[in-house]
Amino acid sequence: MYTPHTAQDIEAMLRVIGVDTLDDLVRVPDAVALRAPVEVTPRLSEIEIAERFGRFAERTTAGGYTSFLGAGAYRHYIPPVVGAIAMRGEFLTSYTPYQAEVSQGYLQAIYEWQTYIALLTGLDVANASVYDGATALAEGAIMAVNATGRKAVLVSQAVHPNYRAVLRTYAEGLELTVDELPYGADGRTDLRALDAALADQRYAAVVVQSPNFFGAIDALPAGVAERVKSTKTVVIGVVAEAMSLAALAAPATWGAEICAGEAQSFGNAIAYGGPHVGFIAATNEHLRRIPGRLVGRTVDVNGKTAYVLTLQAREQHIRREKATSNICTNQAHCALCATVYLAALGKTGLRGCAALNVARTNELKTKVAKLDGFSVRFGAPTFNEVAIRVPGRAADVLSALERKQILGGIALGRWYPELDDCILMTATELTSSADVDRLVTALSEIPVRAAARV
Amino acid sequence: MMTEMANGVPAGLLYSKEHEWVKLDGDVATVGITDYAQSSLGDIVYVEMPRMGATITQFDSIGVVESVKAVSDIFTPVGGEIVGTNGELDSDPASVNSDPYGQGWFYKVKLNDMSQTANLLTPEQYEQLIAES
Amino acid sequence: MPLPAFDTPLIFETGQEGRANCYLPEGPALETLLPREALRDDLPLPDNSELDVVRHFTRLSQKTFGIDTAFYPLGSCTMKYNPRINDAMANLPALRDVHPFAPDHAAQGALAVMWELERALGSLFGMAAFSLNPAAGAHAELAALLIAKAYFKRKGEPQRNVVIVPDTAHGTNPASAAMVGFKVLSLKSDAHGRVDPEEMRKVAGPDTAVCMMTNPNTLGLFEPRIHEVSDIVHDAGGLMYYDGANANALMGNTRPGDMGFDLMHLNLHKTFTIPHGGGGAGAGPVGVAAHLVPFLPTPVVRAFDAGGSAVDASGWRDSTDLTFALEFDRPQAIGTMRSFWSNFAHMVRALAYTYANGADGLTTVSQLAVLNANYIRASIRDVVDVPYDEINRHEFVASAQSLKRETGVRALDIAKALLDRGYHAPTVYFPLIVPECMMIEPTETESKETLDGFIAALREIVATAKSDPEQILAAPVNTAVGRIDETRAARQPDLRWRPPT
Repeated sequence: MYTPHTAQDIEAMLRVIGVDTLDDLVRVPDAVALRAPVEVTPRLSEIEIAERFGRFAERTTAGGYTSFLGAGAYRHYIPPVVGAIAMRGEFLTSYTPYQAEVSQGYLQAIYEWQTYIALLTGLDVANASVYDGATALAEGAIMAVNATGRKAVLVSQAVHPNYRAVLRTYAEGLELTVDELPYGADGRTDLRALDAALADQRYAAVVVQSPNFFGAIDALPAGVAERVKSTKTVVIGVVAEAMSLAALAAPATWGAEICAGEAQSFGNAIAYGGPHVGFIAATNEHLRRIPGRLVGRTVDVNGKTAYVLTLQAREQHIRREKATSNICTNQAHCALCATVYLAALGKTGLRGCAALNVARTNELKTKVAKLDGFSVRFGAPTFNEVAIRVPGRAADVLSALERKQILGGIALGRWYPELDDCILMTATELTSSADVDRLVTALSEIPVRAAARV
Repeated sequence: MMTEMANGVPAGLLYSKEHEWVKLDGDVATVGITDYAQSSLGDIVYVEMPRMGATITQFDSIGVVESVKAVSDIFTPVGGEIVGTNGELDSDPASVNSDPYGQGWFYKVKLNDMSQTANLLTPEQYEQLIAES
Repeated sequence: MPLPAFDTPLIFETGQEGRANCYLPEGPALETLLPREALRDDLPLPDNSELDVVRHFTRLSQKTFGIDTAFYPLGSCTMKYNPRINDAMANLPALRDVHPFAPDHAAQGALAVMWELERALGSLFGMAAFSLNPAAGAHAELAALLIAKAYFKRKGEPQRNVVIVPDTAHGTNPASAAMVGFKVLSLKSDAHGRVDPEEMRKVAGPDTAVCMMTNPNTLGLFEPRIHEVSDIVHDAGGLMYYDGANANALMGNTRPGDMGFDLMHLNLHKTFTIPHGGGGAGAGPVGVAAHLVPFLPTPVVRAFDAGGSAVDASGWRDSTDLTFALEFDRPQAIGTMRSFWSNFAHMVRALAYTYANGADGLTTVSQLAVLNANYIRASIRDVVDVPYDEINRHEFVASAQSLKRETGVRALDIAKALLDRGYHAPTVYFPLIVPECMMIEPTETESKETLDGFIAALREIVATAKSDPEQILAAPVNTAVGRIDETRAARQPDLRWRPPT
């Protein structure tokens, strides 16, 4: 318990209030009194809590495996300086910086975060964060719907399946239609049907992800974005692996007007899926439709540089049912971690890190593809993930790897039945050559069941 | 030169109860908010306009005026087709505060029905409205 | 307690290109790895030494006010102490690093945390089940309204599209309603700041989908006729939604389920001591009564006993002998709300907090939160207006209306004067129905001495306002910056740094 009251305190305070007991303060009508005793955890001391959670940790054995899991949550090196800064109590225990005069530090840090995201995506502005990459996509789609007055969006099937699922959840509420573009033989979005789909100007947005869910670099080829925009359709670029932004052409350069992304890779733990940190960046044209908080730089009464939450009239606490979004709480502290991470790595560190991701993934590709029965499924260049075709069912191969203490990746058949024989494997700067060799050895020991490939 | 009533309400315009003004030029009306409205709203930072070419209906909410920490609906005092919007307000929203009946105008509507002007207030009626509030 | 006033240059204005830190091994150049056209031309980010990074952010932290700095009576936000044991547990490497796509058998401990928390919350708030999926309170409101929409669609009543919210409601309520295409009907509070059942009777009907309320309401007042309101909405065929923002007043005393609510959310970052972190990340579990369980967002954690039978009993139980699985395939579910299953690290924190309290402790938490709020109210009622001067719950509203009339000093000025005196300001100008509103929520973790200091500061500010109002109107002067030109910020948005051209 974390209450400082002594019996004497309580008595003195009750006297000031003019009631006799604590029960008098919280009394409710009989009609709404507790119908059953509350059953929660027992009360434990800190020593016992540590023991208890130590057992939860022991039962969470994933850390004992060599992991090639990615697919929207990435294992990257987090320098200890990130935690040391982020855990400072001033940052950790502050509320949303509505009282700007006592929040200048946090406001400046968020202004820096907005700048980092704008520079990385090549777009004009970025918001102070949204929940995660998937909700960023949903919110980005709503921006496009509001910009165009159209109620349908066209999404590549190579966009992360969970992101598409969340988009469908939101679309149910707003009664939007979500149609899909197929992926092609090289693992990139198949754009052949695009012009026909755009012809009747029904879509608010075209959504592609790069690197896409198969790891393929899927930036729109030159000229495509112009064709999309000529039908007054918004191009939304999705980035599920923010580390790629350090290496690959910025989404703005291949035509994205709105970029919806996930920045967990920048200094945030995977933590079984959250909290992570979504971002939305956009061209100035879309500024007023951006959801959530924005920090602006201005001056105080004495002309001194000052930071403040701005353009708040877009938001739910003022515009209520006409707000651009219902978002209130965001992921400020995760964005802070990302900002410290980006500052610590710097340009040199980030480019080096991105290069290591590509190099380690290329090594994985090369070594695995040499195995009998294994191949790289798609031909497009990749960043740090690759779809590997295996002999037999992917799920069976993964189970066999688990028995050798390896989490080999994700069975793509979970979302793409036609890719039932494919595993999405991820390698980052934390994947060593020894890890890759362990994987290769383990795979070579799995009996090939060629019959299952029919 | 506009002549003014006692409360600074210009003659020659029509008004709505929601504090918009209408200036008629044939069947095209210019719309803005009154001095009383801008002064109650405080520093205006943005005006969200209807789209060019849009068809709007009298007294519908067709946009908003934003001040730093408030938003107010624009209930259009006349209906018809939007034939002009004041793009200058994007870069200079302050003109709504400094010159509400001039540079601070919002949009122009080609009226679909001239009879709707009968639903509006005269300068005298509007002056009385704000005197009572 | 002044906050430092020094300027801190932007991180983009410091450093030198090539000033690399030693985090990574040498690697190949990007240009040797990928086709030229796939790569970006430039990465215009600064290179700073780690020491300069540490100094930069340390200085920024010193210009930031947190609960750890001083008293933070921000109404509706429940700024209570965030125990450090919670963070320590969330940072146990096994829990911190587990991947969401790890197979269930390798994530049993993480699933046990989620399941135990779901069970504890269900019992504590009288709901049949919780889903930990939504990322924050507003996100959970959206989930709950999607559940309502799906429920009425399945019942063959798709015409139900009106959400009733009291005029004291949080702004997220109407904003969430709009995101599911529901119309919002605002219900006027009565003279006592409550929802009047007779008014509800007039508006509840065949188009009513959901009534969204919080109890105690945002004035800090308990709605004593809530069960009548629930009956009226239910009789009209609608659902009752509990906005859990104010749950810190209720624990162990009454439960939303017992008041007739069918749906609810919790802000774990309020009641369950998750650090607010400057505005997030939060966590917003959504809870439902039995008839709505099939609609919960996925995935849901399922528990099985040693014999493999599903364990569905309500209420917390020890998870040691159980095994767990994530269930995705739920045909009536509204879908999923986010990239991955939950803000898991926060579930660890929240469960650690329930372990630190137990049922009796949580009951005491709510009692003392109410005690602290009423103690402040009773101690300032003679110097500021208290529009609802009765027993409040965990928060109450005061008003500067009389003071403003007398001296020109407004709620905003009092807020700024409190900053000068080392206190965070209350929430001001919310709820909207009270003019010059100051909403004060001290929370239970503050000692009587801290409250006495705050009361003395507030009384002194009021006295100064009467003798020398200019001094209060000029506040703050002890902070990093003075009052801010928000009009300029909004008229000429400067939302990012740009490299000099």
